[in-house]
Amino acid sequence: MRVTLKIWRQKNAAATGGFATYTKDNVVAEMSFLEMLDALNRELVEKGEEPVAFESDCREGICGTCSLVVSGIPHGPGKGAATCQLYMRRFKDGDTITVEPFRARGFPILRDLIVDRSAFDRIIQAGGFISVNTGGTPDANALPIAKEQQELAMDAAACIGCGACVAACKNASAMLFVAAKVSHLSLLPQGQPERQQRVLNMVAQMDKEGFGACTNTFECEAACPKEISVRFIARLNREYMRASWGDK
Amino acid sequence: MVWLRRTFDSTVGMKWLMGITGLFLTLFVFVHMLGNLQVYLGPDALNTYAETLQHLGELLWVARVGLFTIFVVHIVSAIRLSQLNRSARPQGYAVITPQVSRYASRTMLMGGLIVLGFVVYHLMHFTLGLVSPEQFHLQDAKGRHDVYAMVVIGFRQPLIAFSYILAMVPLMLHLQHGASSFFQSLGLNYPKYNNLFRAVGPVLSAIIFIGNCSIPLAILAGLVPYPVAGH
Amino acid sequence: MELKSNVPSGPLEQKWDKHKAEISLINPANKRKYNILVVGTGLAGASAAASLAELGYNVTAFCFHDSPRRAHSIAAQGGINAAKNYQNDGDSVWRLFYDTIKGGDFRAREANVYRLAQVSVNIIDQCVAQGVPFAREYGGLLSNRSFGGAQVSRTFYARGQTGQQLLLGAYSALSRQIGLGNVKMYPRTEMLDLVVVDGHAKGIITRNLVSGEIQRHVGDAVVLATGGYGNVFYLSTNAVGSNVTATYRAYKRGAAFANPCYTQIHPTCIPVSGEHQSKLTLMSESLRNDGRVWVPKKKGDNRPPDQIPEDERDYYLERKYPSYGNLAPRDISSRAAKQVCDEGRGVGPGGLGVYLDFSEVIKRLGENVVRERYGNLFDMYHEITNENPYAVPMRIYPAVHYTMGGLWVDYNLMSNIPGLFVLGEANFSDHGANRLGASALMQGLADGYFVIPYTIGDYFARNKIARPSIDAPEVKQAEADTRNQIARMLSIKGKHSVDVFHRELGRVMWEYCGMARTDASLKKALAEIPEIRARFWKEVHVTGGGEELNLALERAGRVADFLEFGELLCLDALERRESCGGHFRAEFQTEDGEAKRDDDAFCHVAAWEYQGPERKPVRNVEPLDFQFVHLATRSYK
Repeated sequence: MRVTLKIWRQKNAAATGGFATYTKDNVVAEMSFLEMLDALNRELVEKGEEPVAFESDCREGICGTCSLVVSGIPHGPGKGAATCQLYMRRFKDGDTITVEPFRARGFPILRDLIVDRSAFDRIIQAGGFISVNTGGTPDANALPIAKEQQELAMDAAACIGCGACVAACKNASAMLFVAAKVSHLSLLPQGQPERQQRVLNMVAQMDKEGFGACTNTFECEAACPKEISVRFIARLNREYMRASWGDK
Repeated sequence: MVWLRRTFDSTVGMKWLMGITGLFLTLFVFVHMLGNLQVYLGPDALNTYAETLQHLGELLWVARVGLFTIFVVHIVSAIRLSQLNRSARPQGYAVITPQVSRYASRTMLMGGLIVLGFVVYHLMHFTLGLVSPEQFHLQDAKGRHDVYAMVVIGFRQPLIAFSYILAMVPLMLHLQHGASSFFQSLGLNYPKYNNLFRAVGPVLSAIIFIGNCSIPLAILAGLVPYPVAGH
Repeated sequence: MELKSNVPSGPLEQKWDKHKAEISLINPANKRKYNILVVGTGLAGASAAASLAELGYNVTAFCFHDSPRRAHSIAAQGGINAAKNYQNDGDSVWRLFYDTIKGGDFRAREANVYRLAQVSVNIIDQCVAQGVPFAREYGGLLSNRSFGGAQVSRTFYARGQTGQQLLLGAYSALSRQIGLGNVKMYPRTEMLDLVVVDGHAKGIITRNLVSGEIQRHVGDAVVLATGGYGNVFYLSTNAVGSNVTATYRAYKRGAAFANPCYTQIHPTCIPVSGEHQSKLTLMSESLRNDGRVWVPKKKGDNRPPDQIPEDERDYYLERKYPSYGNLAPRDISSRAAKQVCDEGRGVGPGGLGVYLDFSEVIKRLGENVVRERYGNLFDMYHEITNENPYAVPMRIYPAVHYTMGGLWVDYNLMSNIPGLFVLGEANFSDHGANRLGASALMQGLADGYFVIPYTIGDYFARNKIARPSIDAPEVKQAEADTRNQIARMLSIKGKHSVDVFHRELGRVMWEYCGMARTDASLKKALAEIPEIRARFWKEVHVTGGGEELNLALERAGRVADFLEFGELLCLDALERRESCGGHFRAEFQTEDGEAKRDDDAFCHVAAWEYQGPERKPVRNVEPLDFQFVHLATRSYK
């Protein structure tokens, strides 16, 4: 099949970007969307043009590197999948597909479709951890954790840090990302000692990075490749207010 | 006072403020509607109710100041958050395809501002009597402020009636999202209760829309008796 | 070249404790005077960087990803082994050690493997303390599953995302140290050369992948934790960015490359769907706990699977290896799949596939239980193939997955270049000729959390050498070399994109040096690779410039290294005239098609020494001295 691609091109962070239109032939249904872009890039290079810069790594939906907004949807159509898990069978001959980078003040564009998501790293550095040094830890079975609690913590921990929640939110809010980490750690007994300070520090960093606030439209949950629930955002709100008004 | 700063000056804190003030405002709108519906019970009932409120004395002022504060906090937080949210995405998408969000949830600021405009007009009309002063100073047979007459005479004018009905549309949309959303902002999200939480907004906003719109419609249709001329 | 393993003397069980007691220490106050450069921030690199920073060392860490959380360790699905014996099923450190050394077809160093089994138990404790949400039983205690090559349940897991959760644990520890200012992190930075001064590794040259800036870094030691080289095959389950560059360039600076021919082909991957394919997707080995592998008994049987009656199916793993059945080790399962496909009994397009069937377990436990166990894997399969594995059996085929070979290291994980430490998949040390499932995560974390923090101090204490100046001639020379190579690649302006050559190399590697290798096929590969390489340097088109974000340039550098490294791999495969683990030489097999080792001639590590461009490297040998286990013929029957 043949598709028309409207792709955002931008030379670097400082440059002004714009859309370029490409026609891609010989697309087959079994191709992944990124493989289709690979093929486009091969053709561009053969023509002596600069290929489209886009990021990906594991190509199996777990590393969180790929980050495209495909036809107005972060990671493209289809639930619970990253862009690299999007297959061309979802499109049909003659389709026009718009491809944009994730857009947010917190995610400046580096080139074409590549954005800088180091803000997420800084949020984790502000408190997304349990302060234990290597060695000297108690036996792993010393502290039983109810299966339900562990499962819920795992639901939150499944976040791959791709930033689709920010991309999908009309406010470019990073609440789902922060909520997932805060919830994961506050649900576990190991996370209790730093529970209050953690949420305060992480939210403060999130605000500093220039992400917006949550207006409960829940687009983040719909875009999340790991389908992380917005219930964790409610938990974040709870944790944050408790910590704010608590004794810290 | 770091806790105050965290509440009034962080994204999460301000959302919580939006939620808690929104909850009170929703309750107010609902009770207000219940009061209004007494127009169907006749002039005496409505005017008695109005006079009871008027004679609360200091309590009335406490309520007024409280309500005003809540209103201001709601609006100021909304404006601050909106500014923040806008600056969080300096360049928008060429194509955006919402997946799950409703129109109401994406237009809270605009809807809220329209509702604010209406509230100002509504206060000028029925509380301060600036819109139609001649109807505002009517008194009933017992010498009380004749709210019944003011309402019925007012809504017999199609322009005023329809402007009120029209204003109920953004209010309904605002509440449709807001009255479910505050649960989430206040930290209430439990799969067991979520169906309930998510139903509150649409159901409550529909009740308020129907209740409030019924009054001008009924008056226009002549279903509410024209008041005996007061003096 | 002398390859001294530096294995401590004494009984196997006491070697590590004895070594720890004997090695020299660095005073806490002095630790911050040492600058350690850690390259790669996957499980091994992140855990090492965090642990070393916690001890007080000055750590600078580098990764080419945009964040340390994205390293390919994240994609490990199934689990991590540890000799906890929580299941009371007879596990022990010895048994984990023995399974691992036997799984590796007796081509690993005993002492390293024993230490690995010993510290495995600490890893689980550490990870739980960090908040890794391992699966648990209803009583709140940790749950285990079984994995290939073992008869006990010792694999800890976090759904199908164990690698992710462990990496996020190490990443959180690293992030904490970055936040505290103890680690200076350089993401989007690729190491392009190693700096050796007076025989010691003292620095690296990097390229900032956003600005293109070439930077010099000097330190007191360099730790490479840069993963494996599976992408030399172009198609593999590795991330598309995984590459051999860091280790290969260290090799070119004198580090010995050990056993490059030991590559693991994973039996359960989704078959190739066409020319456009950019990578292969693994379906976790844990699926073999409940799935049954089969092909039709008849050749060319094209009936849909549900119309093939039970007695016309060949559950070949259960038939050939009754005691391990579907959980036979990876190399054996892969070869068995290749065998039945070669016989013309493969299924799916092109006949390159076998069934992995869940109908029995669905019938026995219900779809819900299966969904709970493998839901995300089934969804992934469905999305890729457009087939519903709850209704029809999965089709799987082996694919390159892991590389056991790597830079040669001694017991301290130090290469033959003093001051150059190599951890995780990047080294060669623990898996011999074949790695067992759920052991890669174990090794990465063992090296990073529990080995390097001890052994690096010993190097510092014994070698009081001042850090070179950033302007030392060796450092400047390395930078100049790097700049030259970049300029050379940019100047070619040929007509093909980098991928074209990578794919060609991959085809040669897979065809002639894949699951089965022969003298003739390897010689063919050795003839073709230099030819592809020559064409690459004439015809590649690297668009753009060096001073900008340039993906084509990044790839060109990596593929240029693969084009040299592929030859080394084939050479190693050619010279190892035996079959063992993942290295299967068709000339050396038993009557029933199993790998036939030659312990007299090849019970050793082959460590290759670079001799300069276009010159044959020298093959050095470290004999493997088995004092504690008996060299048996591996049998999983």
